[in-house]
Amino acid sequence: MTVPDHHDHDHAHPGVTKDEEPYGYYATLELAVRELLIEAGLITTDEHRRQIEILDSRSPVLGAKVVARAWTDPEFKKRLLADGSAACEELGITMYDGAHLIVHENTDQVHNMVVCTLCSCYPRPVLGLPPDWYKNKQYRARAVKEPRAVLKEFGTTIPDEVSIHVHDSNANMRYLILPLRPAGTEHLTEEELAGLVTRDAMIGVTVVKSSLVQTNRGQA
Amino acid sequence: MNVEGLGVDLAKSSSPAFLVNDLVKIKNKTPVGHYRTPFYVRGKTGRIERILDEFINPEEEAYGKNVGSKVRLYRVSFAQQELWPEYHSASLDQLQIEISEHWLEPA
Repeated sequence: MTVPDHHDHDHAHPGVTKDEEPYGYYATLELAVRELLIEAGLITTDEHRRQIEILDSRSPVLGAKVVARAWTDPEFKKRLLADGSAACEELGITMYDGAHLIVHENTDQVHNMVVCTLCSCYPRPVLGLPPDWYKNKQYRARAVKEPRAVLKEFGTTIPDEVSIHVHDSNANMRYLILPLRPAGTEHLTEEELAGLVTRDAMIGVTVVKSSLVQTNRGQA
Repeated sequence: MNVEGLGVDLAKSSSPAFLVNDLVKIKNKTPVGHYRTPFYVRGKTGRIERILDEFINPEEEAYGKNVGSKVRLYRVSFAQQELWPEYHSASLDQLQIEISEHWLEPA
């Protein structure tokens, strides 16, 4: 069988995406196991599809909603710090994976940050998929050993008199950081406050600023 | 010791061997298999920060044994200087991590 030689690409086809790379070892393994589970009637194709749909629907918008509520409702904050999973479910955020969520509050004395040294455990129900740097070996190795140096690289300087608590998310718990509410935001509504809360602040590698203007400067 | 409000139902599970604020040492063993106790805490001394529930033993779960074997989990906090001798000596920084009961011994 001969391959036609007139179409050895030196031009692009607009609107056509290149096929993905061939499956690697683990992707093939996952596909094989999934097909066996479906064949055996243990899960259905639709259930598998639905689970991916749920995973993809989660994002830091949900965590920000939780944080803004805790900033504006002291009773909710108490419940959130006592049982993170139950408080999130009050806001309609289901812990679809049975995760046990612990919320750590940043204060004037303590700054908290999260890492998973063993893999990439992350509070997916409230933050969605973890960023690439969170899964990176450098971050995982260094966050536990030299957190202040790592924070500086994120542009975050924590004063010496504030203790840093690093949480290694290595087993069954998942961690969400409740950042300090920035000064000068007393007039903002809960929704406006949620708009200030970023993903990285809820991982604890940065703090919440009273305005996002600085971040956007230079993008015009 | 105060275990109220920590989500621990002592009536339905076996009593925790350690209580909040107990000093504990992480066992320094190097078995072959799947473990969720990182090397950097083995042999180190910390303090029980919180008592958690009992969970399926990950060391068995990794090999398909999903039923019947649960182990008590704790959150243990360490002074950073205990883990990293070069850490700034005046710092109050901490590291907190989840450790299963069978990896702990009284310190």
